[in-house]
Amino acid sequence: MRKYHFLYMGLGIAMLCAGVLASLALGSRMIPLQEVVRTLFGDGGDGLATAVVLERIPRTVFGILAGASLGVSGALMQAITRNPIADPSILGINTGAALFVVFGMSFLQMSTLQSYIWMALLGAFVTAIFVYSVGSIGAGGMTPIKLALAGAATSAALSSIVSALLLPRVEVMNAFRFWQVGSIGGATWSAVTTVLPFLFVGLFIALIISPQLDLMSLGEELAKGLGVHPGIVRVLGTLSAVTLCGAVTAVAGPIGFVGLMIPHVLKILFGPQLKWVVPMSMVYGGAILLFADVIGRMLGSPSELESGIVTAFLGAPVLIYVAARAKGGLSRHGV
Amino acid sequence: MEYKDFYGSKYTRRKRRGVLITIVLGFLLGILAMMSLMFGSETITFPEVVASIIFKKPSDNQFILHTLRLPRMLAGLMSGMAFGFAGNTFQKMLRNPLASPDVIGITSGASISAVYGILVLGYSGMRISVMAMVMSLIVTLCIYLLSQGGSFSGGKLILIGIGVQAMIQSAISYLLLQASQYDVAYAMRWLSGSLNGMRMANLVWFPGVLLVFGGIVLLWENKLLIMELGEEKAITLGLSMRSTQGILILSAVCLLAFGTAITGPIAFVSFLSGPIAGKCTGKGVKNALASAFVGGILVLLADFMGQHAFDTRFPVGVMTGIIGAPYLLYLLIDLNKKGGAI
Repeated sequence: MRKYHFLYMGLGIAMLCAGVLASLALGSRMIPLQEVVRTLFGDGGDGLATAVVLERIPRTVFGILAGASLGVSGALMQAITRNPIADPSILGINTGAALFVVFGMSFLQMSTLQSYIWMALLGAFVTAIFVYSVGSIGAGGMTPIKLALAGAATSAALSSIVSALLLPRVEVMNAFRFWQVGSIGGATWSAVTTVLPFLFVGLFIALIISPQLDLMSLGEELAKGLGVHPGIVRVLGTLSAVTLCGAVTAVAGPIGFVGLMIPHVLKILFGPQLKWVVPMSMVYGGAILLFADVIGRMLGSPSELESGIVTAFLGAPVLIYVAARAKGGLSRHGV
Repeated sequence: MEYKDFYGSKYTRRKRRGVLITIVLGFLLGILAMMSLMFGSETITFPEVVASIIFKKPSDNQFILHTLRLPRMLAGLMSGMAFGFAGNTFQKMLRNPLASPDVIGITSGASISAVYGILVLGYSGMRISVMAMVMSLIVTLCIYLLSQGGSFSGGKLILIGIGVQAMIQSAISYLLLQASQYDVAYAMRWLSGSLNGMRMANLVWFPGVLLVFGGIVLLWENKLLIMELGEEKAITLGLSMRSTQGILILSAVCLLAFGTAITGPIAFVSFLSGPIAGKCTGKGVKNALASAFVGGILVLLADFMGQHAFDTRFPVGVMTGIIGAPYLLYLLIDLNKKGGAI
């Protein structure tokens, strides 16, 4: 089996490289590949092609980071909640982050990216805790259906509050629309460097705790016997998952379904072990988001279709597939 | 014998209470409808409204009353009732108050065909309504068929509906991006649910549709009550599930699509009407008509508030969203506590 794992790993890395090249080369202005490579190695000259490629670098870098973070965030959430459909967008976390950002813009006169990020993180945490607790109330604890419905309902409720806050405030609406698009296209170097620490910490924690999470899936008693502290691992995992998706949302707005589809595809390729799935989520997540972004640029040309829309269109069938494959009632551990 | 009498009388009492409350709700709806005709930038007195609308007497406010307020009121009233009927039917049938058409993606089927009709084909009026109906039926069928594999469960259907809705939403965003700027503004306003600029010409077919399909729902309500007991019991009681489900779904979807095509998807109305009506009338009582009344009340009340309560005029969809959101969350918590049908 190991042999195949390395094969799939190579495939993922190849896809990521292809995604990077496509993201730099394709768009409303096509740049030939040799130009792209020449620019990357620093001898592109001062032509238009070079300028375009340089312009596309920040969004490409952010695309890799954002895709990696969203993929890992989804994998962690699915493992911790033991729920096959946990995803930042389904749990309404993106909308929560959006609501807090709008609140900050409307009432606290916030206008810097730094402050948006903190608001988005706060919103992400509050919403995550809220949705999770609503979804766990009652007999049988948390089930996929309860969680999904709690997320969908919360998300619907929060987005109408967002529109009510926005409608009377034209200037906030303009600022927010710019933010709300769910696209990696608006990423700048300063945005990337601002969120970078959050993403690194989140990804680092995820890598460290994934072997422990694997042990916990054997049963909590057994994991305790092997020296794991399930409580600590769960708290760290939640922190990491929410930080990752909150920070990405702060820059790019809501990008859904990456976190849902990546772990499911990877579990088919690599089996259920998180020590493979988590690192590979970074590679494949980055690749998918880059491709979604490129597809959006091609479809929407001369303007562009936001990457979040493309990922939703690609990812929603995975949700349908997971749900349709379930036998009878979706049980707590099932599907 | 005494035992039986006890339950018999209790049931009769409950039933009578249900009927009474339905009448009260209808009365409330009437008052709201009248209020939305009377108040606005210009206040028109009650006698004048009655004289002008019912007895066709010419009035100074002919334009305001007949061209601006009446179509707006009628559109709100009828679409609210249609959403109420449709939502309640789905919730009862799938035995889950959260399984309303706007949560499980059926409304989005109507939305996308209307957006396509408005933006790409440049249609308006009846053609959009028909397209919305056809498309919603197709979407419903797809969701239903996808959830058939393995064994059927309401939960599965809801999850698949959420997935389908996400796909349709992204397709709608794509259409919006492709269209010219002018139409986008119109489509966006429509998408958030609005009664602005309603004209009588749009509403010609609506009463008929409401009467026919609403009538079917009311006639078959007995069967809906039996279905609420669960599939096994319903079959034991001699109900043919397939045909009953089919006809009820068809009527509910047509009502929903027709209402959506005219006013846009007004948030939460189909979701909230059934549970609110159920709370009012009590359990185990027929409440399709009460739900329709509650739907109408919600839309008219939200529109009235959106017009007059704040400095900014909010479209009705945003108002129902704000009114509905807290109740929705309460409902969710309450439902999970009981651990009921989910």
